[in-house]
Amino acid sequence: MDLLNHSILSALLIAPLIGALLVLLAPGERAVRWLALLSSLATLLLSLHLPFHFQNAARGMQFAQDVPWISALNIHYAVGVDGISLWLVVLTTVLSLVSVLTAWNSIRHNVKSFYFLLLLLQAGIIGVFISLDLFLFYVCWEITLVPMALMIGAWGGAQRSFAAVKFFVYTMAGSLLMLGSILWLRNLTGTFNVTAIRTELASGSVVLAPHTEVWLFLGFLVAFCIKTPIFPLHTWQPLAYTEAPLPAVIMLAGLMSKMGAYGLIRFDVTLFPNASHRLATLVVVLGLIGVVYGGLLAFVQTNLKRIIAYSSLSHMGLVVVGAFSLTTIGTQGAVFQMISHGVTTAGLFLLVGVLYARRGSLELRDFGGIASQMPVFAGLFVWLAMAAVGLPLLSGFIGEFLIFLGAFTAQHWFGIIAALGVILSAMYLLRMTRLTIWGEPNATAAGNAAISDVGTLEGWVLAGLAILTLWLGVGSPLFLKPTLLSAQALQPISAPAPATNTASPLAQLKRGVL
Amino acid sequence: MTLDLHLWYVPLLCFAGFALNIIFGRFWSHAVAGVVGVGFSALAFADAVWVALRWLGTQTPYLEQHGNWISAAGLTVPFGFQLDQLSLVMLLVVTGVGFLIHIYSAGYMAHEGGFYRYFALLNLFLFFMMVLVLSSNYALMFIGWEGVGFVSYMLIGFFFRRDSAAKAGLKAFVVNRIGDFGFLIALFLLFQRFHSFDFTSIFAQARTLPVETSGAGILTAICLLLFVGATGKSAQIPLYVWLPDAMEGPTPVSALIHAATMVTAGVYMVARSATLYVRAPQASAVVLGIGGATALFAAIIGLLQRDIKRVLAYSTVSQLGYMFMACGVLSYGAGIFHLMTHAFFKGLLFLSAGSVIHAAHGEQDMFEIRKLSPGGLRKYAPVTFWCFAAATCAISGIPGFSGFFSKDQILSAVFNVNKFWWAIGTLTALLTSFYMFRALFITFFANPEGTAEPSPSHAHPSGQEPSEVADHNTLPHESPAVMTVPLIILALLSTFGGLVGLGDRFTKFLSPAFQTGLPPATGPAGSDTTVFAASITVALLGLLLAWWFYLKNPAAPRRLAASFPALRALVFNKFWIDELYGAVIITPLTVVSRVLLDRGVEQTIVDGGVQGTAWLASATGNTTRRQASGNLRSYAAWLGTAAVAVLFYVLVVGFRRF
Repeated sequence: MDLLNHSILSALLIAPLIGALLVLLAPGERAVRWLALLSSLATLLLSLHLPFHFQNAARGMQFAQDVPWISALNIHYAVGVDGISLWLVVLTTVLSLVSVLTAWNSIRHNVKSFYFLLLLLQAGIIGVFISLDLFLFYVCWEITLVPMALMIGAWGGAQRSFAAVKFFVYTMAGSLLMLGSILWLRNLTGTFNVTAIRTELASGSVVLAPHTEVWLFLGFLVAFCIKTPIFPLHTWQPLAYTEAPLPAVIMLAGLMSKMGAYGLIRFDVTLFPNASHRLATLVVVLGLIGVVYGGLLAFVQTNLKRIIAYSSLSHMGLVVVGAFSLTTIGTQGAVFQMISHGVTTAGLFLLVGVLYARRGSLELRDFGGIASQMPVFAGLFVWLAMAAVGLPLLSGFIGEFLIFLGAFTAQHWFGIIAALGVILSAMYLLRMTRLTIWGEPNATAAGNAAISDVGTLEGWVLAGLAILTLWLGVGSPLFLKPTLLSAQALQPISAPAPATNTASPLAQLKRGVL
Repeated sequence: MTLDLHLWYVPLLCFAGFALNIIFGRFWSHAVAGVVGVGFSALAFADAVWVALRWLGTQTPYLEQHGNWISAAGLTVPFGFQLDQLSLVMLLVVTGVGFLIHIYSAGYMAHEGGFYRYFALLNLFLFFMMVLVLSSNYALMFIGWEGVGFVSYMLIGFFFRRDSAAKAGLKAFVVNRIGDFGFLIALFLLFQRFHSFDFTSIFAQARTLPVETSGAGILTAICLLLFVGATGKSAQIPLYVWLPDAMEGPTPVSALIHAATMVTAGVYMVARSATLYVRAPQASAVVLGIGGATALFAAIIGLLQRDIKRVLAYSTVSQLGYMFMACGVLSYGAGIFHLMTHAFFKGLLFLSAGSVIHAAHGEQDMFEIRKLSPGGLRKYAPVTFWCFAAATCAISGIPGFSGFFSKDQILSAVFNVNKFWWAIGTLTALLTSFYMFRALFITFFANPEGTAEPSPSHAHPSGQEPSEVADHNTLPHESPAVMTVPLIILALLSTFGGLVGLGDRFTKFLSPAFQTGLPPATGPAGSDTTVFAASITVALLGLLLAWWFYLKNPAAPRRLAASFPALRALVFNKFWIDELYGAVIITPLTVVSRVLLDRGVEQTIVDGGVQGTAWLASATGNTTRRQASGNLRSYAAWLGTAAVAVLFYVLVVGFRRF
């Protein structure tokens, strides 16, 4: 078991790469699809080792491995996960499987190339979430960029070329700034190792001048804000989400946006506590603008994918608010919200994918009244929309609620403005629901009369995601507990213990206090 | 001996009914789906009674916990359920009335599509309602609170093909969410101040706090914000606008959700928070004022409505106002008493109205119904008529009927605190009696002027339920027994249900739930003779006026309306509040979002800046255009080269420099 614990992360990194290689060598389309499926399924099963063996009571990195890689430059192959990254790795393997299954019917040409890129992308994303060495992290970060841009550019919609270039150039620009920060930091501390850098900075053996810390902080911040994305660095996103093929959107919205938010927590907050403290208000305000601005824009969009794109801007804004509330509960909420958003957004995109496959359109005016023809679809649509709206007992509520509490603790008005999101999300998601599935059957769109309900594969994938949202929403302690110590470790000042007596009301009742 | 009531079985049973119908209902016949739906609500009610019987022996606060719902830094929210007198009353009323309405629905919805979906949602509603009234903390209560809102949304829009129904559902949910925004901020403050959401913990801490008489403190803020939530859920000014539109739902849904149970959740929540409200007198004054103003305002609108369900909807808004008035003067027992009797008589009114609509083949306009029934509908549907009449007497406060006792308790309590709001309450009682007997006389009695009834301004917004297309050629008929038996049971409850409150027995029974750590604020027990006399007078006066206007002297209403056209238009159009909200909030928000934010900020400034930069870059090299050929291989080459170049730079150039 020890051996497995020490090599599991590498196995997770290598498994999709082996899958990608096998896909390249596979003889026909059928073999390609099955190999990709097997590979992503195997990776998913492997990743389940992590939550089962994660020690909730242990501090620091787990399943860690550290091998010198380029010793001349002191670059290590250093990987590990803690409570922040644990569920993100699992989310990656889950959504990659979803993506592979989605591509099953929706990708018709250049199948081999597509699956190769998809599995390569999966490896890159896993690498991003497990890297503890800044150089390794940067390599993985860049690796994810290329397959995604190619998937958009070659399999995307009408404006795919433009979308791909915009996505690539925009995020690359951010990456270069981050690279500058990484190299500068390496120069100051002599190492790429995140844990080592944090220790050096915390112990005072390396002291950063305040303005140096701020510049380093900003270098990372811009890259992560572009990726997440955060207002005003988000305009590549609606275009990319609209143009990308469905399996790629699931990776992009479900996982790659989490890379940015994860980076904010893992690097900005972890490595630069003072700068984080000084600039927290700025970052939170950007997040809050995203919440409100994204919500309002989602409310007036006429294209289904754009609605979900702007809703992502709104929901991911909340993640940033939670992380930069610099409270333990807010950080836990941010991590939970990332998982929840990954699942619900993937689900929503799958739903609009179902419509696109049948009607070749994503414009609201082409739909309406399809609940009669597609009852199962309508049920799943309402379920996943409600998960995104944040109906308690589904996943969206828990993350939002914890983020609100953290934000409110930091500054009352943070929490109050963030909570406006609950009104906005109801507005745009219910508007979308009404115009898509409810109402008079749309007479102008001839294709809707014969529109068929979800197929078996689509139905099961969607049902799986729906059940996940229920599980997250009802059994949240299972998912929150591993994040507690890691979130706590990030806070510069440890959160004050609750002042109340901690005896349960039950115990108080029994003692006759009440 | 420790009592183990297994309270969680009650919501669990409701959820089981939901799950079975939503998963398998599509493959079942109406009969099976109906039996499952009604059956599980019956089981829930039976279990509730069983719980009540066991608990009434001890009557000590009971608590049970089943693991945690949330567990994060400094916050633990258990799946905790509690039982005290307040929760018990709610438990029995909700499952009892709910069960009756399930039975009724089996008849009412028999010919509708989506039968299984209907029963699944009805069971789900009971589930969330049980969570709401049994929860032992605010966070869990919020599950029920939002959950019933969701089910309400789904059921208002049950006839989803009708655009107006889908819109009404959306409106209900969004308006409720505005209220929930206030509720949420109250939760933040509770968490910050008390580090817990548990009722027991919060109230124990609050008991040590002083009454905020001199200035508004945190308790006042919490209470006011909680009340914002209550104005949404319980349809009070300014958030009442969703409830009249909610009448788009099937009529039994209006009876269960939008009259008897869900809309009273706000009253329950305020009563549950009594320990906080008694220490926040300014907040309680607001509760009294909003409650009183809403009661009067909605009653005025109710005077001129033509659609029978709309009359009842505004009357619900108005009666909820009474309950809040009781809470505002800290007489929570009286408020809950009225909540209970209201559940009986308003549930009955809606179910009878459903029976009327059924009898009249889908017609909802009272004047049209009268035209369809030569000689008066009461001849064709006598059971429905007598039930409706009993409920009308109850809501109007005719002495002896249930509503008389509960309303009298409220007015006495208000009288002891504030004469002005008592006067408003009494005036509202007069209007209530008038518009309810008006509804009774128009709907069930023959037109005294003969059949030539003019029907001006036929622009009533209600639609007919789709499959019940009004067929004006057949005469009305009485509803089947599956519908009339629940009516009769509710009629008995509406008539005699008030007797449990004789001599303040009901209030005394409830009082352990409202031990706030302060002496009860009510004045002398029993009813003041002034109040008593005034209540009886206005109830009978309203009856008399309605009789005079609509049976004796039917030309009088038209003459009166003709003399005050502006006033009539104002009331008939509900003071144009919906139009006002549309013009002041919704339209500006949409226009600003679409024009200023989307076209202005987003496309021109934010993205325009980016595009401008990109254009500059491409103008210098002209390379981006060439590679944008859409060819996969050229992309791969281009992007691969770029990535390799960056890595190369890092490895070779970058490190040499550092």
